Amino acid sequence: MKKLTTMVMAGVMASGPALADLVIPDLSYRTGAYAAGGIPFSDGYQDYFNMLNQRDGGVGGEMFRIIECETAYNTERGVECYEATKGEGALVYQPLSTGITYQLIPRATADGIPLHTMGYGRTSAANGEIFSNVFNYPANYWDGASVIINALLDENDGSLEGQKIVLLYHNSAYGREPIRTLEVLSEQHGFELVQLAVDHPGQEQGNQWLTIRRERPDYVIMWGWGVMNQVAVQEAANIRFPMENFIGNWWAGAEHDVIPAGDAANGYRALNMNGLGDMPVFADIQTHVHDAGLAAGDGSNLGSVLYTRGMYAAMLAAEAIRVAQEMHGVAAITPAMMRDGMEALEMTAARMEELGAPGIGPEFSVSCSDHGGTGMAAMQQWNASEQEWVTLTDFIAPDDAVTQPLIEEDSAMFAAENGIEARDCAM
Amino acid sequence: MFYREAGDFKTSYAADNQTFPIAFDRYRYYFVLFIAIAVIPFVVNEYWANALLLPFLIYAIAAIGLNILTGYCGQVSLGTGGFMAVGAYATYKLMTAFPGLDMVTITFLSGFITAGVGVLFGLPSLRIKGFYLAVATLAAQFFLVWLFNRVPWFYNYSASGQINAPERTMFGLAVTGPNAEVWVKYLFCLFFVILLAWVARNLTRGTVGRQWMAIRDMDIAAEIIGVNPLKAKLTAFAISSFYVGISGALLFSVFLGAVEVGEAFGITKSFLVLFMVIIGGLGSIFGSFAGAAFLVLLPVALKVLGVDTLGWPTDIVAHFQLVIVGGLIIFFLIVEPHGLAQLWRLAKEKLRLWPFPH
Repeated sequence: MKKLTTMVMAGVMASGPALADLVIPDLSYRTGAYAAGGIPFSDGYQDYFNMLNQRDGGVGGEMFRIIECETAYNTERGVECYEATKGEGALVYQPLSTGITYQLIPRATADGIPLHTMGYGRTSAANGEIFSNVFNYPANYWDGASVIINALLDENDGSLEGQKIVLLYHNSAYGREPIRTLEVLSEQHGFELVQLAVDHPGQEQGNQWLTIRRERPDYVIMWGWGVMNQVAVQEAANIRFPMENFIGNWWAGAEHDVIPAGDAANGYRALNMNGLGDMPVFADIQTHVHDAGLAAGDGSNLGSVLYTRGMYAAMLAAEAIRVAQEMHGVAAITPAMMRDGMEALEMTAARMEELGAPGIGPEFSVSCSDHGGTGMAAMQQWNASEQEWVTLTDFIAPDDAVTQPLIEEDSAMFAAENGIEARDCAM
Repeated sequence: MFYREAGDFKTSYAADNQTFPIAFDRYRYYFVLFIAIAVIPFVVNEYWANALLLPFLIYAIAAIGLNILTGYCGQVSLGTGGFMAVGAYATYKLMTAFPGLDMVTITFLSGFITAGVGVLFGLPSLRIKGFYLAVATLAAQFFLVWLFNRVPWFYNYSASGQINAPERTMFGLAVTGPNAEVWVKYLFCLFFVILLAWVARNLTRGTVGRQWMAIRDMDIAAEIIGVNPLKAKLTAFAISSFYVGISGALLFSVFLGAVEVGEAFGITKSFLVLFMVIIGGLGSIFGSFAGAAFLVLLPVALKVLGVDTLGWPTDIVAHFQLVIVGGLIIFFLIVEPHGLAQLWRLAKEKLRLWPFPH
């Protein structure tokens, strides 16, 4: 074993870092039960950085270097990936997994590396006074739950009194996140909340849908990911549940979730925190990356929902890097500078237009105390005959009066558990 | 030639019965201990500790535990993941309920709690065996995971159902939490590994171990020569669960720091530890270490070779890894059912005779 370790050590040494650069680790998952979602996100994430490298020579004259590491959505492998890549000067981690996020929050904070968990992870990380290194802009799960209820309120003339809403969730930290918000909202608006858990990986849902058929809910809200989404859409079709009353969150609304069910999936709705459509930036990616044979993966995902979201995540990271470079006056920034840049990030409509992605997200700005952004999300609907997601609404605002106290409460609990002093953001 | 046994005489029964009767083996054992205790803590870096050494040590404890039950006592168990979860949740509840308690006590207490749960689920083994027992332990696996998911008391009513290890210190040094130095974590785990491996080795050489092996080889015959199957099977379940519980406790508190029961202690974990035992060698303490090292190192080694050295796409390498592990398990089952430990034993025999084999 000793010999093997020395050999591996030699291997690590030989393949060591090529100095400088803006190092972006991509903790992706292209295998396992969640690969269908992991692949397009990772493709979009990498392609955008590659496009900046090819088109502009990186940001501020510094090139990006992407280190991809396969986690298979497994926390232990995620930790291994984190440890393997952080020594290379990693600027920001985006693990695309709530489980891995929970592992990395204390580690990354201790190591001074920022963590961007865009629309996943620990919701209360939006409180920057407690979570100095964790960002979850532009939206988090509690915003998502609130946005769905707001949209439903809108459709029901402002009242959900006496309605029955089922929450079908992935039985993990990820799926349980919205429960607390929905419980508060159900009390506030007088609807009945029925919680149905689906165990990993989510292929077995017969029992849950039998319950749904018996309960006859007005709406079904889904917090699903991976293979669970496809199965749920199929099961809903099997019991002839009205699709427009079946609403997924933003991780349950991609092409691959609905295509397997064919025409039966028509009308299924889902949230989305990023805009869709034909943006100029896709053309740039096509010319500079795909046509040059540099595409991540097989290059077939360009423009899909999760590809766009991965690209949006990369865009926000690149913007934060630009801000950090301006703030500190150096091109080769450190993770600490990156953190400052993320905290000072401001996305305006004009800037998004400049970046070739008009309307890709809501306008928002990050501050020392608020790491969560506006929390707005749009509703989209699947059109099975055209095989595309149609954005139905503008970005809808969540009810901050509901989510903010919950964030305060949960982050205070985290601070007490871990002995963290709140930062004074007024300074 | 490699083993110079000339002049290595035993003059007492104690000397004749020691674990490493050959002087060369004994010195190598001390040498490995010396490296592990006195050299590695000074040279280890975060990547090596967190990605390789800690999981190796922790899984080695779990593999020893399962080996006691399956390898020595012949009771097939698929509930390892569930018992590890018991250890982890016991640790979490003890850590949060008694913040002043030191980590060694907490870890041992978690082991005892798991042992109790293990005995409970071991009771059916008195009536059923083989496949049927495997299914009964499988039920334990699913029940325990379901329980920790279902009852909020176990995760202190947190919103996400995750448990997080708060920071705890020993002798003024953080052992758990993000600020713990890696060498402290390493030594903490090493302490348990050395102690538990030493205990396991001596248990299996003594009366208890011989009773287990008698039950394993033929339970009716064992009963006829006076082995109490109730006592033998339940002690095996208790001690095995004790080990597995400690391993789960360390996995949660020292290694991962945050755990979600379905993901960290699911059925795949039970299989992983079972594969370690099978590849390492049933009924061998060394085999438990070899199996744990093999299955912890293999993915990392393949990743370093495939992704970092050859530049292959990460998904291809990940798929290859599944193929290779699967292939190796089949290979070992066909060619060498006694695992790496047997290969080591054969190699040692050859080396003792070399260069004059008869």
